[in-house]
Amino acid sequence: MNVRVLIVGGGPAGLTAAAALAPRVDGPVLVLDRERTMGGIPRHSDHPGYGLRDLRRFISGPAYARRLTDLAAAAGAQLETEAMVTGWASSHAVEVTSPRGRRTMTADAVVLATGARERPRPARLIPGDRPDGVYTTGQLQNLVHLHHAEVGRRAVVIGAELVSWSAVLTLREAGCRTVLMTSEFDRPEAYAAFHLPGRVGLRVPVRTRHRVVAIHGKGRVSGVDVEDLRTGKRSFVACDTVITTGDWIPDHELARLGGLTIDAGTLGPRVDAGLRTSAPGVFAAGNLLHPVDTADVAALDGRHVAAAVLDHLAAVPRGSSAPGAVEVVVDAPLQWVSPQIVEPGGPGPSRDRFLAWTTVFQRFPTVTATQGGRVIGSVRLAWPAAPGRVFRIPFSVVRDADPNGGPVHLSVTGRRESTVSGTVASPG
Amino acid sequence: MNPPLTCDVAVIGGGIVGAAIARRLGGTSLSTVLVEGRDDVGDGTSKANTAILHTGFDATPGTLESTLVARGYHLLSEYASATGIPVERTSALLVAWDDEQLAALPGLCTKAEKNGYDECELVGPDEVYRRVPDLGPGALGGLTVPGESIICTWTTNLALATDAVNRGVTLLRGRRVVAVDDGSLTFADGSSLRARWVINAAGLGADKIDNLFGYDRFTVTPRRGELLVFDKLARAKVPVIVLPVPSKVGKGVLVSPTIYGNVMLGPTAEDLTDRTATGTSAAGFSFLRSKGADLMPSLLQEEVTATYAGLRAAIDRNDYLISLDASLRYVLVGGIRSTGLTAGMAIAEHVAGLLSPHLDVAPRPDLPAPPRMPNLGEAFTRPYQDAALISADPEYGRVVCFCERVTRGEIRDAYASPIPPADLDGLRRRTRAMNGRCQGFYCGAEVQALVSSRGEASSYGDASSPGDASSRGDVSSRGGASSCGGVSSRGGVSSRGDASSRGDASSRGGAR
Ligand SMILES: Cc1cc2nc3c(=O)[nH]c(=O)nc-3n(C[C@H](O)[C@H](O)[C@H](O)COP(=O)(O)OP(=O)(O)OC[C@H]3O[C@@H](n4cnc5c(N)ncnc54)[C@H](O)[C@@H]3O)c2cc1C
Ligand SMILES: Cc1cc2nc3c(=O)[nH]c(=O)nc-3n(C[C@H](O)[C@H](O)[C@H](O)COP(=O)(O)OP(=O)(O)OC[C@H]3O[C@@H](n4cnc5c(N)ncnc54)[C@H](O)[C@@H]3O)c2cc1C
Repeated sequence: MNVRVLIVGGGPAGLTAAAALAPRVDGPVLVLDRERTMGGIPRHSDHPGYGLRDLRRFISGPAYARRLTDLAAAAGAQLETEAMVTGWASSHAVEVTSPRGRRTMTADAVVLATGARERPRPARLIPGDRPDGVYTTGQLQNLVHLHHAEVGRRAVVIGAELVSWSAVLTLREAGCRTVLMTSEFDRPEAYAAFHLPGRVGLRVPVRTRHRVVAIHGKGRVSGVDVEDLRTGKRSFVACDTVITTGDWIPDHELARLGGLTIDAGTLGPRVDAGLRTSAPGVFAAGNLLHPVDTADVAALDGRHVAAAVLDHLAAVPRGSSAPGAVEVVVDAPLQWVSPQIVEPGGPGPSRDRFLAWTTVFQRFPTVTATQGGRVIGSVRLAWPAAPGRVFRIPFSVVRDADPNGGPVHLSVTGRRESTVSGTVASPG
Repeated sequence: MNPPLTCDVAVIGGGIVGAAIARRLGGTSLSTVLVEGRDDVGDGTSKANTAILHTGFDATPGTLESTLVARGYHLLSEYASATGIPVERTSALLVAWDDEQLAALPGLCTKAEKNGYDECELVGPDEVYRRVPDLGPGALGGLTVPGESIICTWTTNLALATDAVNRGVTLLRGRRVVAVDDGSLTFADGSSLRARWVINAAGLGADKIDNLFGYDRFTVTPRRGELLVFDKLARAKVPVIVLPVPSKVGKGVLVSPTIYGNVMLGPTAEDLTDRTATGTSAAGFSFLRSKGADLMPSLLQEEVTATYAGLRAAIDRNDYLISLDASLRYVLVGGIRSTGLTAGMAIAEHVAGLLSPHLDVAPRPDLPAPPRMPNLGEAFTRPYQDAALISADPEYGRVVCFCERVTRGEIRDAYASPIPPADLDGLRRRTRAMNGRCQGFYCGAEVQALVSSRGEASSYGDASSPGDASSRGDVSSRGGASSCGGVSSRGGVSSRGDASSRGDASSRGGAR
């Protein structure tokens, strides 16, 4: 079977890409998703907070998922659920399993929009017993919102970022009290930006610079050991549920199986500003590229990727190997940046922003771009750099890069640099 | 309460060893009951090992273990082809990292020959790196063991137990033996069983049962082995089983591919006192990570999919302890520490030999064919890849667990099988569901719903549909009937209603 554009993953990124492409492509645009319904993670994230930047609304996850599905269908895209892409048959053909059969799909362009997941307990190497009652937020929300299943009564939530508060909300809805949140950072990652805890009156004790070092329980969780990272002191906290939140990793299996170049920072495919991967005709969008940003930003990736896909279909010659492309790398405490390849003077990334991740909180950060040791740009930002959520950097900071000058380094400092003149950008 | 059940032989322990013995005796005209204290077979040491089908090349020559491992290797290899237990002939490579280890290799080659295995070959460092290019620096040489293979320990245990049940053995799950009195076994739930002969294959609990027969001849020391399982994306780095050169301290840490397509690093070896201490430890993890950093640094860049720990039933002697007491009509099968997966079928054969002067253990005619087990091996076609199967039954095209590609058809089949799962872990061992890299982020809720409905599809899309609840009720009773009703009528022994007692959390807790 043959389509013009195949989009793997029907979350916000994939559906929005489909809606943008279907009216402009001379042939079928097909979205495959392995779940029973389209929509990706928002399907089971049943609280308001979706759609701000892409739809200019503030709606719940399920409503958002339905709306994006309707928009893609109305635009003429074909949407197929319970269809899992399990591997590649060739560079432009994938293998698909669905109740309708096992088949190979060939496409002129492939967009990977497979999202990201939270690292579960084993991947975090949390030792101890292996009882029931330890979930990621994703599993918790599936349990509560889709299956109306019971969870426990007393939960410890590991992590204090945006998604962690989403977990607390879900627990509360399921009648489970969050007795403790732990964060290894010295402030709750999400406090500065996320007003939800205040707004909904969630009073949850948060222990910063603490880590869960053991889980106890036979059959069901009975409690956790929590260590104070400053003193090494340990204490036992009784609970019957543990939620491991955040600590994202892209769902990069197909990207890796397809031999795409993987970025060592994001662990997703390396892309240029047009969201082209290292394989011609293969594109990527959404949280696969930046684990993780909010759904609206993932969706806007989907809109953004359309231009490069259309160019490819029209055989407009260019690509990540085009002359004039420079690599963007980050210095600590930044951990990754997306996209990683840009053309100075060329089109910018989605929303003209780099997305980056930091491990240190800086209330008034200045981002500096250097190339070959020379400062080529600097910008002082009006929003903080905070662990646990994406840090946005204006594309303009690399505007003056030399196309032949080698990699551009992005670094962030907390104090105001007086030697370089910076512009103050506004949040968004 | 029901009157006591009776049988010719009771086998205590539904691990690989007990299941193999029950299967062997089930093939005779003796009435046999397989008694397992937990809610499922294969839920003890037999579920948490390194799953290598050993040639026995490094056993101590002249021991019973050496003989039975070599014999078991052949028996299980054949049985695996007959039943579809997945086996991958990966071969193993012992790698020497210092001069002392290098000097030990020729001796290991000679020892292998004494164990009847003459296919080992000494190789230089170039050959070592040709075979495993991702190995860390510093390898000085190696010894190949072409016959070492990887196998699915879960399917092995289940195949043997299923075969036993098909042959007429009565399986009692959730019946922990707490007392023995002149041929009568009493279980923790108060029920009892009269048996002419008792075979003790209770693994970590074998010394306790032995005590109940009045013996005081050995103590089981639980020797914990912790393991890290790495993501499938690391599998290509580890084409063969990479073994350390054994030292006085034990077999050491290996890196091995798993039959499910992952990579395993471990095990540790730590003597404990608590026989239920299958938890993992921070010290174990950091030890394994430092070992891994030497063996294969790039492996540590990959994600960890699972961590687990198994307990070897170590005893204070360097061999299996298998002994028959004719006056008590009792056989002890103890000390099956680190080779029992491989040797299980040979142990069963050996035990039948010991019993033959006392009981008629001749095979009876018209035995049913061995069961065909669902394939859990990554190297062989799985239902999600099988176009013909999916077009015949679309449920095999409905992927539930995405990471491990487990379909709803396979989950349904597990619940319809002769020994259906008792809980989520049992389903994991039968299908691989939820064993993958996301550990339930995507599919956990769906799998849990299938566990509650015993394999019947959930329909959260229309939760209010009245058909939903009634169809579920139907299935759980059907599952109950096929799990024990069928078995008990066959063996002429009535067992307690598996399905109903399973729902009772408090009794379940007690049995663990
Ligand atoms: C608990 C939680 C709360 C959140 N709260 C908010 C919030 O309030 N506001 C907000 O804006 N964002 C929120 N987010 C983030 C938001 O959900 C994500 O940013 C968004 O879903 C990312 O979209 P995506 O399309 O990149 O990926 P996803 O939504 O993850 O979609 C990926 C899709 O790809 C499919 N897929 C993957 N692999 C395959 C394959 N091989 N074959 C077929 N299909 C495949 C998956 O089934 C999935 O449907 C939250 C996230 C979580 C986990
Ligand atoms: C880390 C590790 C790695 C290993 N690697 C390998 C390998 O690569 N290859 C290999 O061949 N072998 C290996 N082994 C060894 C192998 O796993 C064991 O030898 C084998 O599983 C033993 O089987 P079993 O039936 O004797 O014991 P078990 O599987 O423990 O079964 C005993 C059963 O008896 C039951 N029981 C106990 N007490 C009672 C009671 N009172 N009443 C009723 N039931 C009772 C238990 O519940 C249990 O199910 C390894 C072991 C470990 C721990």
